Amino acid sequence: MPLGRTSAVALLGLTGAIVEVEADISSNLPGFVLIGLPDAALGEARDRVRAAATNTGCEFPTRKVTVNLSPAALPKHGSGFDLAIALAILAADRLVNAGSVASVVHLGELGLDGRLRPINGILPCILAASRAGATTVMVPTGNADEAALVPGVRVVGVASLLEAAIWHGGEYTPVPVEPILRAAPEESADDDLDLSDIIGNEDAIAAIQVAAAGGHHMFLLGPPGAGKTMLAARLPGILPDLDADAALEVSCVRSLSGLPVGASLVTRPPLEAPHHTATAASIVGGGSGVIRPGAAARANHGVLFLDEAPEFQRAVLDALRQPLESGFISIHRANSVAHFPGRFQLVLAANPCPCGQYGARDSECVCGPSARRRYLARLSGPLLDRIDIQLRVARITSATMRMADENQRVDTATVRRRVVAARAATAERLSATPWALNSQVPGPWLRGPHARLGPSTTASIDRALERGGLTMRGYDRVLRLAWTLADLDGAQRPTADHLGRALYLRKAISS
Amino acid sequence: MAAKDDLGKRGEALAAAFLVDAGYDILDRNWRCRQGEIDVVALDGDETVFVEVKTRSSIAFGHPLEAITMQKLARVRRLAGAWCGEHPGIRRRIRIDAIAIIAPPGGPVQFEHVRSVF
Repeated sequence: MPLGRTSAVALLGLTGAIVEVEADISSNLPGFVLIGLPDAALGEARDRVRAAATNTGCEFPTRKVTVNLSPAALPKHGSGFDLAIALAILAADRLVNAGSVASVVHLGELGLDGRLRPINGILPCILAASRAGATTVMVPTGNADEAALVPGVRVVGVASLLEAAIWHGGEYTPVPVEPILRAAPEESADDDLDLSDIIGNEDAIAAIQVAAAGGHHMFLLGPPGAGKTMLAARLPGILPDLDADAALEVSCVRSLSGLPVGASLVTRPPLEAPHHTATAASIVGGGSGVIRPGAAARANHGVLFLDEAPEFQRAVLDALRQPLESGFISIHRANSVAHFPGRFQLVLAANPCPCGQYGARDSECVCGPSARRRYLARLSGPLLDRIDIQLRVARITSATMRMADENQRVDTATVRRRVVAARAATAERLSATPWALNSQVPGPWLRGPHARLGPSTTASIDRALERGGLTMRGYDRVLRLAWTLADLDGAQRPTADHLGRALYLRKAISS
Repeated sequence: MAAKDDLGKRGEALAAAFLVDAGYDILDRNWRCRQGEIDVVALDGDETVFVEVKTRSSIAFGHPLEAITMQKLARVRRLAGAWCGEHPGIRRRIRIDAIAIIAPPGGPVQFEHVRSVF
């Protein structure tokens, strides 16, 4: 029976499904029909595959070729099916070993000259194939090192359709071609950003240590030039290296976004700093047809920094509430729902008013009171509710600059070691619970029998609660911060001093 | 007469000979009416077969089968109806076939016969 089959992978968000590619050659006039819900880019595969086969010397039969991608109900996008389609046809014509083709998952886009082009999202594709039980995958040479990051799968990198056909037992003369490669990943410039560059602002440095150790979200309020951006950019540097699962997730999202991954998994937490004109789709992800991850998904396990937060559209900021709450992003479309991971650490920075000078010691604010109120009111209450650390950052004076030269400044490596130690302490203390970081612990548990602190310790915040200076939600957040401070200090439980410092970390705007 | 027409004529003759070898009876060749021309009409058992013949001297410009388009076949189908109208005594099932011939000058001729293409 002139039938050839093989498999490929269709991606929806980060989840992949195995797609069976079947080719049938019927005794009829020459033609090429592609069925099974292909989108425009995939529909063009007909012409690409035919030209590639002709130019590479693997002639297709002069008969009617029908290619079916099943399950037919699953929408399929993009050009990654080209290789599978070409090999299924060659297998149907018995020009290559049909059994060998059927047992391998094929991914890759064909050029008209028959060479294979690297595709985006190879890492999640291979992961999905591996979970579905595939043992061998064939990918373009340009994707081979990325594909090899998935353990337990044999990766075959081929440069052209001809090479693939020969690998599957086709009797052709090998023609060496120059493989199409991707641009190598750029060396990250983050290593140059050291915490010791920051002069003064000890409060803020202490605050970002707390944020890093407890995974707390952070809001920095201060006039322009106070160093908010500088601080935020140094937060990923003091976060610990990603563990194996997190590294795989971060690399998958990078792969899907078309960013280079290279020969090893990403091990450092990413930093995403979208501009304030960003749309909701660019932050949480979206797009018609192919659903692409946004900045929030790319910042997964890292830092999402929104500078000039009140300048963002309100809808954009509020779109972040779902990932802040649940740790993942769902994007709903009429025919599908895509899920992306969204467990990022949010850092917001804002000026205190439109002119930025309100509260600065050395200059005068020119904004009216109502303009000032409206400015910060653009950050919605529910969003600010989820942010544990709210800190005012002041511009440094010439005196602090001179003093800072004499003081020993902390550097990133030292702080990262402290953060790693604090996180280890937290994880050990919370080992019997589903949480690993203090920011994830819910309030009732903190006030419950497992973690209740004595009345003498909590006296200061109890008083603030009684007076109405602190809401119940704010009370829980102070407790959470106090536990992180205690973990950083290596203390068993928070003391009154830790609670006092925790309260200070929430004083930027009234809670 | 142009060289391509000569090739076409030769191809049609070769196709008729090929069909006779295959056990068909030739009923008509180059049957014409106002709508056009049928290359070969043959009898295969209890079926009337209308054959479109396409001849090329090489496959440099594509396989001859690729040059038989849907429009061409639709025309053959209409002509088949007209042929049946002219031959009211014959009531049989009809079939449309395509024959591709690659006839390189001075080389061996290749036939490809595709049955019931429309």
